[in-house]
Amino acid sequence: MRALKRRRFPERFMANENGRYQNIYSKSRRSALPPGTNAPDFTLRSTPDQWLNLGEFRGQPVVLAFYPADWSPVCGDQMTLYNEMLKEFHDLGAELLGISVDGAWCHAAFSRDRKLHFPLLADFEPKGDVARRYGVYRDKDGVSERALFVIDSNGQVHWSYVSPIGVNPGADGILSALEELQSKKENTNAVTAGAK
Amino acid sequence: MGTKLNLPDKARDHIVGDIDAPVALLEFGDYECPFCGQVQPVVKAILDRLGDSICFAFRHFPLSNIHPHAEHAAEAAESAGAQGSFWEMHELLFQNQQALDDESLVEYAAALGLDEARLIREVLSGAHAEHIREDFRMGVRAGVNGTPCFFINGQRYDGARGLEPLLAAITQGSGLYVA
Repeated sequence: MRALKRRRFPERFMANENGRYQNIYSKSRRSALPPGTNAPDFTLRSTPDQWLNLGEFRGQPVVLAFYPADWSPVCGDQMTLYNEMLKEFHDLGAELLGISVDGAWCHAAFSRDRKLHFPLLADFEPKGDVARRYGVYRDKDGVSERALFVIDSNGQVHWSYVSPIGVNPGADGILSALEELQSKKENTNAVTAGAK
Repeated sequence: MGTKLNLPDKARDHIVGDIDAPVALLEFGDYECPFCGQVQPVVKAILDRLGDSICFAFRHFPLSNIHPHAEHAAEAAESAGAQGSFWEMHELLFQNQQALDDESLVEYAAALGLDEARLIREVLSGAHAEHIREDFRMGVRAGVNGTPCFFINGQRYDGARGLEPLLAAITQGSGLYVA
């Protein structure tokens, strides 16, 4: 009998001591939709039997958080962090939507495991279509970038950011963008009130 | 808030060492986070090695949805702090990450000779909840993206969490000699 040859994964596929898989994704060009563009509309599954349409949120800011995949290590996980930030997002009038190419059943299991209290959208069929339209799909890897969009109440991109794929971008940029939107709204209200 | 987001602040933080020490190390952590537990011996070793040259502060960053006991544990640490025993409780909580339910928290208060009734009262009424939330918010605004998260002299440290790499990052550029 021939001995099985033991296969070794190249180093870049191994987790480093923080459990991060920094190098499993290729390096790609980034071309996220910039501020001022209209945010492409979409309808995606939010659960195995429910659909969610971006247009439903017209009139309030939306945070669209693309991430590569469900099930990254817990304590450094982007969705876990945002889950703790929901109150702050809501206080600024915004809704948060997570989005990845994972299917609705995978999202359901992930969401239950991490006790997430916001929708995860399945950009599953055609795979990555929405990510492509927002300019954040990674063809070589078959997943989206770690990309953030803050969409204003008129459906325009107000702020976008693409993080290095292995780095959780945190929430500071989102909060600043939402605060800008809020002060803009207050100024507009003040001007309108002054004109009356 | 007017306070420094990513540097220890004597007015509000729990601090080890002199605030004016050449190196400031700030940790955002969660008592139920296994990675935070793993890094505690490293933090201790760093404090031992650097002695008077370092000022260390800890702020709470409880991820309460995935760590159901993290918030109360943080409140217990604060409550112990109000009785002058923050670091003792901090240590006990990290040593007992598998037992952070309310009953265990009371046991730790007893073990430290604290006023247990006061600790229970403060934890249940959320007496320190606002301070903890402020820690959390400051962390988010400073760029904390998970736990544990370290800031060395105000700069977020994204490297490996072993003693050697952390110590190297701390001493690099500070001109400190580490024995």
